[in-house]
Amino acid sequence: MTDNPYPLDKADLLQAYRTMRTIREFEERLHIDFAKGDIPGFVHLYAGEEACATGIMMHLNDNDRIASTHRGHGHCIAKGVDVHEMMAEIYGRSTGACRGKGGSMHIADLSKGMMGANGILGAGAPLICGAALAAKFRGDGGVGITFVGDGASNQGTFLESMNLAAVWNLPVVFVVENNGYAESTAMEWAVSCDSYIDRATGFGLPGVTVDGTDFFAVHEAAGEIIRRAREGGGPALLECNMVRFYGHFEGDAQTYRAKGEVESLRANRDCIKLLAQRLTETGIVAPAELETIDREVNALIEDAVRCAKAAPLPVAADLLKDVYVAY
Amino acid sequence: MSRKISMKTAINEALDLEMRRDPTVILMGEDIVGGTGAPGEDDAWGGVLGVTKGLFAKHGDRLLDTPLSESAYIGAAIGAAACGMRPVAELMFMDFMGVCFDQIFNQAAKFRYMFGGKAETPVVIRGMVGAGFRAAAQHSQMLTPLFTHIPGLKVVCPSNAYDAKGLLIQSIRDNDPVIFCEHKNLYGHETEVPAESYAIPFGEANVLRDGDHVTIVSYGLTVHRAMEAADALARDKVEAEVIDLRTLSPIDWDTIIDSVERTGRLVVVDEAHPRCNLATDISAFVAQNAFGALKAGIQMVTPPHTPVPFSPSLEDLYIPSAEAVAAAVRRTMAPSPRSTLAA
Ligand SMILES: Cc1ncc(C[n+]2csc(CCOP(=O)(O)OP(=O)(O)O)c2C)c(N)n1
Ligand SMILES: [Mg+2]
Repeated sequence: MTDNPYPLDKADLLQAYRTMRTIREFEERLHIDFAKGDIPGFVHLYAGEEACATGIMMHLNDNDRIASTHRGHGHCIAKGVDVHEMMAEIYGRSTGACRGKGGSMHIADLSKGMMGANGILGAGAPLICGAALAAKFRGDGGVGITFVGDGASNQGTFLESMNLAAVWNLPVVFVVENNGYAESTAMEWAVSCDSYIDRATGFGLPGVTVDGTDFFAVHEAAGEIIRRAREGGGPALLECNMVRFYGHFEGDAQTYRAKGEVESLRANRDCIKLLAQRLTETGIVAPAELETIDREVNALIEDAVRCAKAAPLPVAADLLKDVYVAY
Repeated sequence: MSRKISMKTAINEALDLEMRRDPTVILMGEDIVGGTGAPGEDDAWGGVLGVTKGLFAKHGDRLLDTPLSESAYIGAAIGAAACGMRPVAELMFMDFMGVCFDQIFNQAAKFRYMFGGKAETPVVIRGMVGAGFRAAAQHSQMLTPLFTHIPGLKVVCPSNAYDAKGLLIQSIRDNDPVIFCEHKNLYGHETEVPAESYAIPFGEANVLRDGDHVTIVSYGLTVHRAMEAADALARDKVEAEVIDLRTLSPIDWDTIIDSVERTGRLVVVDEAHPRCNLATDISAFVAQNAFGALKAGIQMVTPPHTPVPFSPSLEDLYIPSAEAVAAAVRRTMAPSPRSTLAA
């Protein structure tokens, strides 16, 4: 046995790899099936960004709440939302996580603490302040994590929420997923300051920036911030610098990106390749163990797609259901 | 010269023509140019569905990409309008109105009246409305009644390329704030459109089809459902008059009342949620002002009182169909229960 230099035991390391691979496979499969015309609506893929969701969510339990974004599949999977239900939702089936009412942009599972992907930029931040306030009243140590893109970080709701969380000393972590682009617009242009840490400081919050393609860096920084919030130390901001492998949404021609940019990112900054390398180099994990996980993940996603396609569509009576609890 | 172009192209053309004519016209919005600050191509998007594509090449800095901050830039458009500019601000999806509504209904809409008639706010807020894109509950709404509810706002919703061009040109020249609603499922719809500039005045409905038996009033996408229904009804010798409102505020009451006084029957088709929408508004107005002319109860065709569902199987049921419009017409044509009793 080789010594494990990492702060996670082998089972957790393999679980991290499995989660990241599941997200990747889920997204790669959607990319293919969307191009075939199988999938309705807008789909925003999380491929390339897996280390961020995974490194953070490993510190959370079902009692901790997250508020996600339009690019929410990775957050869902890492938070434990059922992959079959997610796929069925994206296919608009009645077996979906939201019974086909929400689709890709609105997958939610409150029982897992997943308060929803969101079609409105910046909308998650105030909601998570509420989730954290509720946790504080319950006194159960629950924390709230809100994810926001570099672009959406310019929304008033996000900025106001940082102030509110600080003033109320809420157990909230603001995670900025900085992938360099908001649709086609560069982060460097649209965000007025050089560092998100400056923004956090302005609101009286500690801020940390990590390489979001490095699972271990995310895991470590998030662990510290979440522990602090849990213990009543208040809110903080975590910026993860990461990369987007596909277009803003499926169908985006991406002419605003540099030639060869994506190829180079895939070659040099693929968070899954980087994790696999570190795990196998140190000898903690044998390549065959990862290959087994790869096969299991492929089978899982294949089955999720098969089940989704075979599942029934919602019917007329479902249209009027669940507008109100009572009316 | 007239040629067939899509509503998307017609909107682009209207913006281009007005920018050429009036140097105070500027455009702003998220990714209306695209690629700003990015390493690849400039003018990479031209808006999320390419409506403003190519305008940057013609007008350069008069197109402003914005950070994702609707409250700030929509408000800035309104402020600039109050100071001599004519901004056309794009709100990608009208659903995002929630983020910036204060600037529109407490600021832009109020200035003129609240400041004793001394202010003008010639701003246009244009954006996508409507269902049918599988875009789910937060990107599919027809929120027109929210806007018509507010005094001080003008509200436009074209049903075709010709109207879109003329109404957008009028919107830009108008000295009040205008909410210009573009149905995303009509962007590809083509009609004959003159290449030159023309303005369609506000408050003038378009009678698309004459008929003596029933009046169908609608706007936006559902105008096309009403026309389909009218064609189907004509095969059964029921002649429907179809009125396309084009502008919802101001609204052309005269054309509606004149028609109902002739036909005695009214069906209103509205893609907005059924409570307190254009259909209820028009029905109430007709009941109050032309009650004596009515031969049957007014019928309203709307979606159900639910958010827009994602699943195609549900969304197709949600949007008012031509069949639903035809069925509503048949209800107005059926003998009333009272006459059935008498018989
Ligand atoms: C309030 C609001 N404004 C605009 C949009 C349209 N929109 C959806 S995603 C997006 C870009 C988001 O960029 P970023 O926050 O960086 O997240 P990323 O897509 O890079 O993950 C925009 C402009 C929206 N959904 N909601
Ligand atoms: Mg981004």
